[in-house]
Amino acid sequence: MPEMRAPKKPMKREKRMNLVGWSMLLPWTIGFLVFTFYPILTSFRYSLSDVDLDGAGILVTFVGLANYRAAFSSAAGFAFLQSVLDFALEVLFKVPIITVFAIIIAVLLNQKIKLRGFFRAIYFLPVIIASGPVITQLANQGAATIPLVEQMGILDFINATFTPALARPIAGVFDELIVILWFSGVQILLFIASLQKIDRSVYEAAMIDGAGPWESFWKITMPALQSMVRVSVIFTIINLATFSENPAIQHIKNNMFALETGFGFSSAIAWIYFVALALILGIVVGLLSAFARKKART
Amino acid sequence: MMDKNRKMKIRRFFLGKNGIIGKIVLYGLLMTIGFVYLFPLIKMFTTSIMDLSDLVNPVVEWIPTKLYLENYRTGLIVLKYGQTLLFSLAVTLVPALLQTAVTSLTGYALAKFRVRGRRIVFGLILLTYLLPQQVYMIPKFVLFDQLGILKTAWSIIFPATFGQGLSSAIFILIFYQFFRIQPLALDESAEIDGANPYQIFLRIGVPLAAPAYLSSFLFSFVWYWNETYISSLFLGTDLYTLQLKLFNFQSQFNLATGISQTVTNEAIRYAATILIILPVLVVYAVMQKWFVEGIDKTGVTGE
Repeated sequence: MPEMRAPKKPMKREKRMNLVGWSMLLPWTIGFLVFTFYPILTSFRYSLSDVDLDGAGILVTFVGLANYRAAFSSAAGFAFLQSVLDFALEVLFKVPIITVFAIIIAVLLNQKIKLRGFFRAIYFLPVIIASGPVITQLANQGAATIPLVEQMGILDFINATFTPALARPIAGVFDELIVILWFSGVQILLFIASLQKIDRSVYEAAMIDGAGPWESFWKITMPALQSMVRVSVIFTIINLATFSENPAIQHIKNNMFALETGFGFSSAIAWIYFVALALILGIVVGLLSAFARKKART
Repeated sequence: MMDKNRKMKIRRFFLGKNGIIGKIVLYGLLMTIGFVYLFPLIKMFTTSIMDLSDLVNPVVEWIPTKLYLENYRTGLIVLKYGQTLLFSLAVTLVPALLQTAVTSLTGYALAKFRVRGRRIVFGLILLTYLLPQQVYMIPKFVLFDQLGILKTAWSIIFPATFGQGLSSAIFILIFYQFFRIQPLALDESAEIDGANPYQIFLRIGVPLAAPAYLSSFLFSFVWYWNETYISSLFLGTDLYTLQLKLFNFQSQFNLATGISQTVTNEAIRYAATILIILPVLVVYAVMQKWFVEGIDKTGVTGE
């Protein structure tokens, strides 16, 4: 292109495009620096400080690890740590339920059925309305559970069988079974999308070789869904972790304005929460990968 | 021979790949699970139109003896519906629109230009997805306080304007995927015709990405509508959105009616809940296709 070398545009195309690209990234860059990067650094500083608010301004005094120590030794800290532990247990129970449910629904919806759009719309509906206050209202009034659960004495059975530490989260699962399933709307769509990428002829070939639907599911469908399982699990965990009624993040907010704790302590437990979340994500993703590798070898 | 053939046919009719038994099981499962899934909503609706005598009547489980709309009237008054709805829309529609615009620009820049430091930008975007807001909301609170925008709608609108809104990272990735697969030939021919990169973005990039824009905006709208954690912190206790009013329904009820210590009955609470999900339900009813197919079409599900 000769006009490229014309003296009017001395700048090389690559360089120019770099500048154009960055000019478009400018709003995001400013936003990231002001509303994310700076607050992240400051939050870390707060977590190592005593933060006092008075009418005039904010007074930050460095106190070292005192806030972190308080998180592991004070009553407010214990309450928070308990809620993190509860969250970890919640992940342990809810993530498999949500994932398996989403896969089942996705497989059902991927069949040749009439009214497919209608059913898909129903299963996605909760994503649209499931805000914290709405779910709280439903759960408080007992509309989130299947009436059968109580009638059949499932809760009594759970309380009698397990130790209290375990019985609480398990009972919680049954108590809110429906709203737990409500958290699977996006995941269902993710699984449908990857199911549609499987070539139908693979199933036909397997059928000719004598594979039944059960074998086809485990040997063709599941391997194809594997990478999406990972995506879906990460999405589910983050979704649960940042759900507004999650007790752990409630503690972070409540301690901000509590008399004996404040911004410093809240920042410290927020960071502890992040580390816990990263650990949970790391363990789960690690397990899924290890499982995938083991399966690939056999 | 005939007999065997017919037997096979009947057999296939019932048990074959598309046999009737398979169909019954399939539709049965879909409908049963669908019912269980919608159970809370159905229960909420039927309860919301019950009066007190129906509520305490053990015989009336599902169908109220009469249509009773007084609960909705109470709900409307307690929520100060009209006024609160307007404010809710201000902190929902405005940030959703701005967030969609800015994240699309960001995604476009990353998809079309080999900007230096692209990998770092991607890493940082991923970080904003993985790092919960809770970790850095306190300094944001202090910052907004110093800027004087705390307890105003700006505290929600500003971050969205600069691509740091609710789930901004997801939208940037959606647009990135979408713009990446747009054919380059159009851009090139426009460039030959003398269009500059910004014109190309506005005239070619944006129109071609209309479905991604619509889906992203809808999701952004719904997520902002349902968000309460951050908004309750930044908006404070004076500026309530509908969701926050629902959260504090009991105190709002006492405030509005002047009655203290009355525990509102569930019918009123359910009516209020329905009033609050109504706007998004209407949007969903009309735009359902764009929500459900949006996830597919925007290519988020691709590699």
